[in-house]
Amino acid sequence: MSAADGMRETVRDLEKSRFFSGNFLIAVVLLVIAAILPFFFDALGSELDTMVWATAYVVFALGLNIVVGFAGLLDLGYVAFYAVGAYAIGYFASDHFNKVNGGKGIHIGASSFAADQGIHLNFILILVIAMSMAALAGLVIGLPTLRLRGDYIAIVTLAFGEIAQNVAQNGDHISISGYKLSAGQQAISPIDEPNLPIYGVFNSALNLQPYYYLGLALVVLTLLVSFALRESRIGRAWIAVREDEVAASSMGVPLVRTKMLAYGIGAAIGGAAGAFLGAYNQAINSNQFPFSFSILVLAMIILGGLGSIWGTVLGAVILAFVDRYLLDKVRDVPHDVFNLDFSTAEINFGIFGFILVLLMVARPEGLLPERRRKMELTEGVGTDESLFEARA
Amino acid sequence: MEAGAGNGPLLDAVQVSKIFGGLVAVDSVDFSIPERSIVSIIGPNGAGKTTFFNTLTGLYRPTSGRVFFGGDDISRARPDQIVAKGVARTFQNIRLFGTMSAVENVLVGQHARTKAGVIRSILRTPGVRREEREAREKAVELLRYVGLKERAFHEISTNLAYGDQRRLEIARALASDPKLLLLDEPTAGMNPQESAQLTDFMRKLRDERGTTILLIEHDMKVVMGVSERITVLDHGEKIAEGEPQEVRNNPRVVEAYLGKQG
Repeated sequence: MSAADGMRETVRDLEKSRFFSGNFLIAVVLLVIAAILPFFFDALGSELDTMVWATAYVVFALGLNIVVGFAGLLDLGYVAFYAVGAYAIGYFASDHFNKVNGGKGIHIGASSFAADQGIHLNFILILVIAMSMAALAGLVIGLPTLRLRGDYIAIVTLAFGEIAQNVAQNGDHISISGYKLSAGQQAISPIDEPNLPIYGVFNSALNLQPYYYLGLALVVLTLLVSFALRESRIGRAWIAVREDEVAASSMGVPLVRTKMLAYGIGAAIGGAAGAFLGAYNQAINSNQFPFSFSILVLAMIILGGLGSIWGTVLGAVILAFVDRYLLDKVRDVPHDVFNLDFSTAEINFGIFGFILVLLMVARPEGLLPERRRKMELTEGVGTDESLFEARA
Repeated sequence: MEAGAGNGPLLDAVQVSKIFGGLVAVDSVDFSIPERSIVSIIGPNGAGKTTFFNTLTGLYRPTSGRVFFGGDDISRARPDQIVAKGVARTFQNIRLFGTMSAVENVLVGQHARTKAGVIRSILRTPGVRREEREAREKAVELLRYVGLKERAFHEISTNLAYGDQRRLEIARALASDPKLLLLDEPTAGMNPQESAQLTDFMRKLRDERGTTILLIEHDMKVVMGVSERITVLDHGEKIAEGEPQEVRNNPRVVEAYLGKQG
């Protein structure tokens, strides 16, 4: 065997090593299970409702995982991108802009709406707009924020998350050329049900299945994006930045640009999930965007294993189930069994916190840890002491 | 290769100072590196050698003075921009990406020489696949070149033997096709035999690839053996410069190292 053959072989081994291999088989099996699952449940039941939420949460969590898990940027204001995506569909699939086109409205590829007034675009178009708006918001937030390091990023993004909710809350007092920025607690409603090619118009009053399959499609797309990016030049740069900014930049990785990419992509994915959830909720209400949402999504990633794609999916499914289903089913247990004066829904974050504490004690690397993260935890690899001057 | 790009120096630092608060770490140093040469900076501990290195590679901005590389002013450039221009470095305390394999470390080193963006990476276009394959081939080739054993290629870098980590750091730096390679105490922690190997390797690198090398080094045997020119720093100031023989006999250098004699 010549040296060239040996080289080719080494490289081929390397290529085989990750991208599809084991993942591919697991993915197919899981997808088949996920696809037939709805047939076991009532088409309007709380089980299917939980599953729709779970798909949305998985997409959110995968998006945040790119920011926090891959690039190591602790973002505590991820709810901002949920809000942006939700308002994108609020603006472009409702009668919010009721005076456009002389009150006759603008309709592109949409066929089911309560009133002619307002802008009504096709869901796919809105998805693109939502992602663009969220990515833009990500860049606006990221540009001043990502020059900071570590914990400072967490604090500043936390503030931006709060700002997003406050803007949504008070947006009904802000008018731009006759239109309110948001409807605050009044909610922008109703939102058009998606109208997709092949399937046609959704009807959440009759059947939730279409929403579930739409959510599942978004999950699959987000998974493909996550896997492709992780094994790419960009993905390696994120890991490098996460492990050691000084070494990364000294190897030619532009820090701010690389972080911005992670932040922007995470934001775009959050925007897509936000638009989806907006359509499903049929209303965009400012109290849908509390700080606790950011924490819930972060908890999903931590539960599953920071940086681990399958772990993130698992964590999101588990917490979605607990949050949307289980706590509701055992709502009255504290009262009936223990004679306590509250329901489980009121202490949900206490319960999540307890789950996380248990996890930190028993399995700090998460349920399905990523190899690298595990090393960082157990061997103290990749801790970054800095000799850097703060600079762009 | 832009051979014959004039007879000017490859790197030229003019009156470079770096001041931290009240501490003058580098004091008005003039310094230049001719193309295809091997030059060293020596000096006692705390003389400002590494600070000077960091100033050249963009980790620090010079407080005053300017740095030119290939005629371009890089005094205010970012580290990644300086890498793109053709300067690569290693670190005194090895800074590999600890959770990455040897090959992956070298792939990160190629960041400035590869292009795949987000959209094309997501779509995994044929162009991206080809670039990725070529990058991996180049990584394997570089690891062989620095003398890493085949079985270490996929080993996580923290698990590598110390000498291999040093080699890997050099391979990672070479991945950006540098015209100038800065080595910060590369023989620290090596035994005499390994140091001798590294000395040979530096010559080979210069002769085969035309790489210019700047070295910070404590091991005088290595420095005297390989350097064509030596610059001596003490308390941030340049106190001597010249060929090894001249520097060795310079009274100020002897004084800096051994203290003033009676």
